[in-house]
Amino acid sequence: MILNGSRILIESLKKEGVDTIFGYPGGVVIPLFDELYDEKEINLIHVRHEQGAAHAADGYARASGKVGVCLATSGPGATNLVTGIATAYMDSIPMVALTGQVVSSMIGSDAFQEADITGITRPITKHNYLVKDTKDLARIVKEAFYVASTGRPGPVLIDLPKDVLTGKAEFLYPEKVEMRSYNPKVKPHQGQIKKALGLIAEAKKPIIYFGGGVILSGAAKELIELVRKTGIPCTSTMMGLGGYPADLADPLYLGMLGMHGTVFANYAVHHADLIIAIGARFDDRVTGRIDEFAHNARIIHIDIDPTSISKNVVVDVPIVGDVKEVLKEMLKDIKLVSIKPWLDQVQEWKKANAMAYQKSETEIKPQYVIEKLSEITKGDAIIATEVGQHQMWTAQYYQFKNPRKWLSSGGLGTMGFGLPASIGAKVAMKDELVITVAGDGSIQMNIQELATAISHDINIKVIILDNAYLGMVRQWQELFFKKRYSAVLLEKHVNNKSTGKYYPDFVKIAEAYGFWGKRISKPEEVEKAIREMIAYPGPALLDVLICKEENVFPMVPAGANLTQMIGGLA
Amino acid sequence: MNYTLSVLVENHFGVLARVSGLFSARGFNISSLAVAETEDPTVSVMTIVVDGDERILDQVKKQLNKLIDVIKVKDLSEQDHLSRELALVKVGVDSQKRREIIEIADVFKGRVVDISHETITLELTGDTKKIDAVVDLLKAYGIKEMARTGKVALVRG
Repeated sequence: MILNGSRILIESLKKEGVDTIFGYPGGVVIPLFDELYDEKEINLIHVRHEQGAAHAADGYARASGKVGVCLATSGPGATNLVTGIATAYMDSIPMVALTGQVVSSMIGSDAFQEADITGITRPITKHNYLVKDTKDLARIVKEAFYVASTGRPGPVLIDLPKDVLTGKAEFLYPEKVEMRSYNPKVKPHQGQIKKALGLIAEAKKPIIYFGGGVILSGAAKELIELVRKTGIPCTSTMMGLGGYPADLADPLYLGMLGMHGTVFANYAVHHADLIIAIGARFDDRVTGRIDEFAHNARIIHIDIDPTSISKNVVVDVPIVGDVKEVLKEMLKDIKLVSIKPWLDQVQEWKKANAMAYQKSETEIKPQYVIEKLSEITKGDAIIATEVGQHQMWTAQYYQFKNPRKWLSSGGLGTMGFGLPASIGAKVAMKDELVITVAGDGSIQMNIQELATAISHDINIKVIILDNAYLGMVRQWQELFFKKRYSAVLLEKHVNNKSTGKYYPDFVKIAEAYGFWGKRISKPEEVEKAIREMIAYPGPALLDVLICKEENVFPMVPAGANLTQMIGGLA
Repeated sequence: MNYTLSVLVENHFGVLARVSGLFSARGFNISSLAVAETEDPTVSVMTIVVDGDERILDQVKKQLNKLIDVIKVKDLSEQDHLSRELALVKVGVDSQKRREIIEIADVFKGRVVDISHETITLELTGDTKKIDAVVDLLKAYGIKEMARTGKVALVRG
């Protein structure tokens, strides 16, 4: 069948099971939007900024496990996707980004709305393509989805010159992908599994440290089995939250480790004699000072990406493969290890250093809001966050019971991620409760997406932990820069005194966009207001005025080792 | 320490940019890089000389393998291999000293490819050490310009 390029693209996307595109139109992609106009099988979500499209596609992918798709025009449309693509790349999220490009014959001539987007995105995509001929389009789409979703997942960009979209070609969708240069290794090496099991059997002080790889490979069940069958305690990275049911009453769960991790998780990792790293990459926010990280431990590292292994720390037993496949193999031959003295020690640390914060009767504590939210939603809502203090409080105090419920920009740390990501997640998971937890700083980075939620009837909820500061930067300035609060105030000051007026008024903003909006400032209002927000039959925003100078504790300062934590309440 | 890698890549536009971009983004040092088609026109070979320690080399190899357009990475440092480089060296000498340069060229099996009133240009081939040695000798006469291809290499047998 002879079709035009736009139609070939749409038919190819449908073959890949795409049901939703997050997009924004513009000059060179008008022919494509014209084809989408009466396309019944693809839901086109019209965002209000291309960055929102990329984060929404990302949120869609994180919540559903499917490949997210975003679409923008050439030039500024494409460059506006860049932060969203980099965010997905750092967190290994499968995504296909489609960008318009100027007519092939004008590429390189500094044409109107021209940008070399394949050049710009080369270091932040798993792979990218500039389509040169309409007849290559179907094959490239097939390859793009294959590359994005297999191995270590990641974003793939396809740049589409206008003449490729309007040109005609025979449409034949390839049955399978043939790429001699790309063969991700999924099955682990048996010899390495044996070596790992040997180390586990010998260990006296082992700990499992797991990350986002558990979520991405769908290995939560296998992880739980590994922990329970061996009796080895586990700790999660921020990206791994939900991979093991969060319940600190479970003696084998130590919560999150790293910069804002629990004291006991960090102590346990620091003193361990064996670290079993599963789908995690020894990020600097996890290890603290690298030369003092787990200096007495041998390390087993399970990861699908060979470049992650021995990148930051030297590994004793590397196992390259898909986490789920590797764990399945290990489970065939795993036994309970006898490590009672170690478990007693870990319990002692746990008891002595329980997560806690100073309660208040007069001010709303952000941790309290998250505790209540966790309680009310039974730890099973989809929670997207922005980046900053609110993100860490949510990671610490929301008890994620299941994988794919925690959507947060871990690697890149992108403010502006949460609101559009929650929109994408809600589109993918219509029957689930989806809530953005935001700060009053980061919500403003993509606040225009409130309009997207309204215009497409996407029933998301937004909670702003509002302290009138860029809280995390303020916290660092308080602790390490003598309280010189440079460029972090988000309220109006006259002669260095707060006028008590917040800019903006988030309730008015919510209402202006068509959201239900409410502001609270007293602890006794919290539970009722959260319930009210959830019960409201449409998009709703709750502005919670919290204790202004609350800090995220405990904290491992940059450059310190994991035992040098400050601000624990012990 | 220098390591020689022979990297087979898809002969697409943009592949060189992917490889060189990887080196700059990860902070790896390239000593030399030579690219050309192989006997199969869909495949190019890049001979890359990398400066670093074993840990860096390990990351370079893994990162190269991770690029979608890379078909195979061979570490020639681990194997018995042949390597050659070609250099064109323009030396500033007048007719009086010309004879000495021609003698140097003869000893090192180089060729004189151009002569002008003030210059003489030699073509040299050999492994990197040999070229370095000749260049060192010629420096005494004043090298006006020089172009080197960088190393190309093949495994023996």
